[in-house]
Amino acid sequence: MAFQPRTIAQFSEAAVTVDLDKCIAHKGCTVCIDVCPMDILDIDPQTGKAFMKRDECWYCLPCQKDCPTGAIHVAIPYLLR
Amino acid sequence: MSHQLDTRQSEYDIVVVGGGTAGPMAAIKAKERNPELRVLLLDKAHVKRSGAISMGMDGLNNAVVPGYATPEQYTKEITIANDGIVDQSTVYAYAKHSFTTIEQLDRWGVKFEKDANGDYAMRKVHHMGTYVLPMPEGHDVKKVLYRQLKRARVEITNRIIATRLLTAADGSVNGVMGFDSRTADFHVIRAKAVILACGAAGRLGLPASGYLMGTYENPTNAGDGYVMAYHAGAELANLECYQINPLIKDYNGPACAYVAGPLGGYTANSRGERFIECDYWSGQMMLEFYQELQGGNGPVFLKLNHLAEETIQTIETILHSNERPSRGQFHANRGTDYRHQMVEMHISEIGFCSGHSASGVHVNARAETTVAGLYAAGDMAAVPHNYMLGAFTYGWFAGHSAAERASSHDFSPVDAEQVARERARIYAPLLRDHGLPALQVEYKLRRFVNDYLQPPKVTRKYEIALDRFAEIGEDLAHLHASDAHELMRCAEASVIRDCAEMAARASLFRTESRWGLYHLRVDYPERNDAEWFCHAHLKKDESGRMSHHKRPVEPYIVPIAEQERDAYDRLRVAPKAPAEKTAATV
Repeated sequence: MAFQPRTIAQFSEAAVTVDLDKCIAHKGCTVCIDVCPMDILDIDPQTGKAFMKRDECWYCLPCQKDCPTGAIHVAIPYLLR
Repeated sequence: MSHQLDTRQSEYDIVVVGGGTAGPMAAIKAKERNPELRVLLLDKAHVKRSGAISMGMDGLNNAVVPGYATPEQYTKEITIANDGIVDQSTVYAYAKHSFTTIEQLDRWGVKFEKDANGDYAMRKVHHMGTYVLPMPEGHDVKKVLYRQLKRARVEITNRIIATRLLTAADGSVNGVMGFDSRTADFHVIRAKAVILACGAAGRLGLPASGYLMGTYENPTNAGDGYVMAYHAGAELANLECYQINPLIKDYNGPACAYVAGPLGGYTANSRGERFIECDYWSGQMMLEFYQELQGGNGPVFLKLNHLAEETIQTIETILHSNERPSRGQFHANRGTDYRHQMVEMHISEIGFCSGHSASGVHVNARAETTVAGLYAAGDMAAVPHNYMLGAFTYGWFAGHSAAERASSHDFSPVDAEQVARERARIYAPLLRDHGLPALQVEYKLRRFVNDYLQPPKVTRKYEIALDRFAEIGEDLAHLHASDAHELMRCAEASVIRDCAEMAARASLFRTESRWGLYHLRVDYPERNDAEWFCHAHLKKDESGRMSHHKRPVEPYIVPIAEQERDAYDRLRVAPKAPAEKTAATV
């Protein structure tokens, strides 16, 4: 057998966290996902709620500011906190 | 995942690439000039919150307001601040239009600070004149623009990343290619005129934090516009005049001396002493900043802790609600309170940006590039120190110029070979089943940028950098993407690599030092006006390589007197008398 290429996944703690009780993404709201310049938020198919999918946050805050229910909190990413 | 890889074709009279600051203005003004035209505004993010001012802006840095400054004064100030290498026609065109732009924004609902009489509350921050207009309630700029875009019936498409321009047989630009960063659909958009307003090249150097997206600029601004213009044959000007900014260390956002300065804050060394006369960002100011950082009195701080409680509250309200509002949280995490501690500052990694310095795509006073049918505005267009108001103003010019062309030209045939080539280039990482991740390639590339290109510039290091960037070029052929989003990061890695090579080559071409730290070449430490009082242009030659030439500085419209010429070289606060120094050390 020849050497087989493999990928390794590394984990990061999400800087953007979502209050699942307040988030109304399951009712069709996509405000935070729409306004994120880096396009790093998505809807979790398990919960129907918004979540941070990619570790590419600019901590710019449109998601937090524009969320109609105050369900988003953006922390400064750990590396520069 | 499986991919349909659809190609979608469309046709607009004008395509504006970039919906941040200059782009929306360009689109609105193009429609105003000729409402019959179909104008598309394309954004790789979402126009509602895209670009450098996604969270608004806390002030105008270059407002030319009657009674406070004249266009002639402003043109003189910028000419001197940029070491004379300025086509004054472009700066003067901005300056004459500056107040008209302010009045337009004001009518649309952008809020500027006014005094009790309803006049604009101008403040002095620059070395010579008065140009700063605070916007303590400037957080709604994007909302105001969005409303106007809707009213003007500009068509908007979000989440499309433009990657290359289409060119006709005569060399003119006749369209845009790109792809959807969610579906990976490939888009071919024919146009009679294209306006690039893609912002700075803000992901060139790696932030010292090591966090890829911890950049000063919105990280969507990877330099796409610079690279699209380059590959379409446009000339780029003075790329060696880097953008390097004095920023809050680690947070990498602006400390905003422009906000704090008029209220009594200032840049200080570790002894809390002022060391520069003026906090306005220029290459000379950055050199003094760099020397203080490296010297025994370093590092450098923003000093506010001598101010009254009421003043500090005002500063906090402005800085923690505009432009980069997460500043407040960053300070809280570090236990920094403006009342008690000075804010540690640092200098940023390098980038290209004419909004702050002078590195950009060459344009004339009509926002025309050197390629027919192609216009540029905002941070990526080479009008020195143009800032937000310059972006709006040149967006306005670009909209009018493009509308005039689109009203008098027809569509030209699209070259199918260009489309096929770009489609293959873009999709390659998606078709590989394994390979290098884009963000790792980007990390390594940007670390090399820091290692070899961060000034002071050393010739041999720059030559080594070119070898490393060539190797990264080979790595790009091994990128792997598993979805459309990763494909966007792959496309950006290629953009950043091209910008890195342009930065290195442009810097090697100019064998002198100029613009303070921005182009400090230690093996050519002196400014050499005899040979280098000129623009240095970079373009793609017939063989597809980067070529350079000198372009004369246009004759000045506003003459600069000999004794004014070096005003920005005298930024350092004069050393104290020896007796006082002794007293301080006791």
